[in-house]
Amino acid sequence: MNPMLAELERLFPRGRLLTQPGELVPYESDALTAFRARPLAVVLPESHEEVAEAVRWCVRHQVPYVARGSGTSLSGGSLPVEGGLVIGLNRMNRLLRLDPKERIAVVQPGFINLQVSQAAAPYGLYYAPDPSSQPVSTIGGNLAFNSGGAHCLKYGMTSNHVLAARVVLPDGETVELGQESLEGIGPDWLGLFVGSEGLLGIATEVTLRLLPKPEAYHTLLAAYDSLEKAGEAVAAVVASGLLPGAMEIMDALAIEAAEAAVQAGYPKEARALLIVELEGEAPQVEAEARYLEEVIRQSGAYEVRVAQSSEERLKIWKGRKAAFSAVGRLSPDYIVQDGVVPRSKLGQALAGIEKLSARHGLRVANVFHAGDGNLHPLILYNGRVEGELERAEALAGEILEMCVRLGGSITGEHGVGMEKRAYMPSMFTPEDLEAMRRIRQALDPLELANRGKMFPGGPPPHPSGPHPLEKAGVIARE
Amino acid sequence: MSEAQPLRPTSVAEVQEAVRAYPRLRVRGGGSKPALSTPQEGQVLLELGSLRGVVEYDPSEYVVVARAGTPLAEVETLLAQHGQYLPFDPPLVEQGATLGGTVAAGLSGPMRQRYGGVRDFILGVQFVDGTGCLVRGGGRVVKNAAGFDLPKLMVGSLGRLGVLTELAFKVFPAPKATCTLEVAFPGLEEALEALYRLAGSSIELYALDLVPPATLVLRLGGLAEALSARLERLQGFLARPAEVWQGAEEQGYWRSLRNLQALGPGYLVKIALSARQIPSLEPALGNSPRRYLSAGNLLYLAWNDTLERLEALLRTHGLAGLVLRGAAPQPQIGLDLEQILAARVSAALDPEGRLASSSVYAAQN
Repeated sequence: MNPMLAELERLFPRGRLLTQPGELVPYESDALTAFRARPLAVVLPESHEEVAEAVRWCVRHQVPYVARGSGTSLSGGSLPVEGGLVIGLNRMNRLLRLDPKERIAVVQPGFINLQVSQAAAPYGLYYAPDPSSQPVSTIGGNLAFNSGGAHCLKYGMTSNHVLAARVVLPDGETVELGQESLEGIGPDWLGLFVGSEGLLGIATEVTLRLLPKPEAYHTLLAAYDSLEKAGEAVAAVVASGLLPGAMEIMDALAIEAAEAAVQAGYPKEARALLIVELEGEAPQVEAEARYLEEVIRQSGAYEVRVAQSSEERLKIWKGRKAAFSAVGRLSPDYIVQDGVVPRSKLGQALAGIEKLSARHGLRVANVFHAGDGNLHPLILYNGRVEGELERAEALAGEILEMCVRLGGSITGEHGVGMEKRAYMPSMFTPEDLEAMRRIRQALDPLELANRGKMFPGGPPPHPSGPHPLEKAGVIARE
Repeated sequence: MSEAQPLRPTSVAEVQEAVRAYPRLRVRGGGSKPALSTPQEGQVLLELGSLRGVVEYDPSEYVVVARAGTPLAEVETLLAQHGQYLPFDPPLVEQGATLGGTVAAGLSGPMRQRYGGVRDFILGVQFVDGTGCLVRGGGRVVKNAAGFDLPKLMVGSLGRLGVLTELAFKVFPAPKATCTLEVAFPGLEEALEALYRLAGSSIELYALDLVPPATLVLRLGGLAEALSARLERLQGFLARPAEVWQGAEEQGYWRSLRNLQALGPGYLVKIALSARQIPSLEPALGNSPRRYLSAGNLLYLAWNDTLERLEALLRTHGLAGLVLRGAAPQPQIGLDLEQILAARVSAALDPEGRLASSSVYAAQN
């Protein structure tokens, strides 16, 4: 065995050091399934000290590494570096402390997002960030990519709900960032760390802020005969001075997919569905609901449903939350895009996407967080058809460039990762990127931590192509 | 004191020139926090008051972009014309505080209780780093995850990582109606118990302040037609007699609180803490005027004893503070929050220590 690996073997017992091809396969890819890379090895640490040891091993041997939770990154953020080390954090999955009085949860990075809310529920508390991946995605991954969800306009993103973190820096040293207070003194170092996509360190212990559950919800589903009308309805809701917890739009293709997958009972012939959710104290929500009803009535919705029970509410959300995976039923492969546009440019952006979709000859389903202008075009393609992946990527890139042109961003919540690194220069100047690179290099001169992500350049990733078993005709996706 | 004349750049390019030309600089916006903006030995004053004006504001986007030297008052007036406000409720508005100074000091007010502090509302930043480079981070949309979160990094940075030149914020519709309750308790223990009960409940307060020795001041806001029902419920929840204010008097009360200078003479200090630290801290603060904001997360204190005593006291309680007014060799006091990441990132953005405070500079040299 090579001496480097022998050294790693002394640090991690058998079963927590994976080096066999068969063991490595599950770690070769993340939710951006179009790409894969074979790591040298995977380690599964069970403590802060073991994470630090793994990082120090990487520094000693100049091996690039990526920390990984459940691998749900849609931007290829947890894609391994070819020949590098994967530090799998799923075994560090404990809830270390739940303090309902102080409204704080301290968790290890492998703890699952949804489980935070489940643990807090008996005390009437919850953890606000709710990415669609929340039943599986980990807090460590959420931190690295500053995950969002459907409630960001009102509640912010992951960064707004993290109070403190214990972090292993890229040189193996440990720092404590933040504190239990919602306020801070001095530069917001924790703010810089959250969303740094694994480039500035690995969180091994995270203090999260919990919120009291809203007393009442008012969840409304409105069906429109055009996407444009749904978009205009969002603008009208905002203009009325209401601040809904969430506003979501799905187009016809997304509705069809969600219906097929979870039978949410959506009006199937709708060209667009708008979900608006008000939340808060019951008397306030009741009063707001009357304004909302009026706004929606004037927006030209042909059917309006209001959830009358928590079951009906969850059913409305079920279809929305399942939309991404449901699209898998319509197409063997798809890319989820994550661009953001100013809310007033939503209509223009959707029209632009439609045009690009026609030009590239690929179907695009739209599911998006309308309240914060975060688009999620799902570009459908078939990876087994020569050139389709390339066309899908070209279409995705043109959508991103359009978002930037309209004054928005290349990513609202999925992060840059491997997937969008080439588009960073369309959003930031060379000086901006240079400043970010200086910060990175100050902490990681060898650029080992999640090399190949966020910054433009670096070797192109390998397209994954069909699974080897699929190629051999053993499995199929039909 | 510095001999040199203050510099008053009127453009970003002039800020860049100033940073490149002078080895040691101190930035001032409106000068409302003198402990942070008074040049120390060898520092040239860089006044940003001429770098002002709202650059972009579309009420339907909930986003406002303005130059760093823009007075808060100007921004607030504009937002109010469209029924919107800065939800982090910055203090010192009438004392001339600017957007840049507010971000650099990291200051929020009582209304941060409802939706969050300045770090929760900053979206984008443009700054000149210590090498004279103009750098942009974040964006102008309410949701964005591209690149390092430099806007958040700048909150509380005291100008040591860069001279802020432009800022983008998320804004919200202002509550259509508000009312305030003042509830006195027999002692601190009872007041804190009520504070915890409120903070853990689904009652949505715009402000949840503790005024020592044992009074809670609560602000409700929202639609006028729902307010009286909510007020009644809140009173039922508290089950104690309360004084209720509405209308102009109520608005004036909160407006006057924004003038932190009026808290009392002495050192004006911001302290970040948690409610659980209040019982042990309270007896140590003597008769210095003070107010705890946002369910005990933020203390503004007018300290009427020596800075050394406060420094020692904060260290004993494991707290960090920021001196806003009063001669302080180093405005950041108490618990030392520096660590290796801080040192390396500071060196990356300001390698020659042009923007560092004098004590940091002395330590580096």
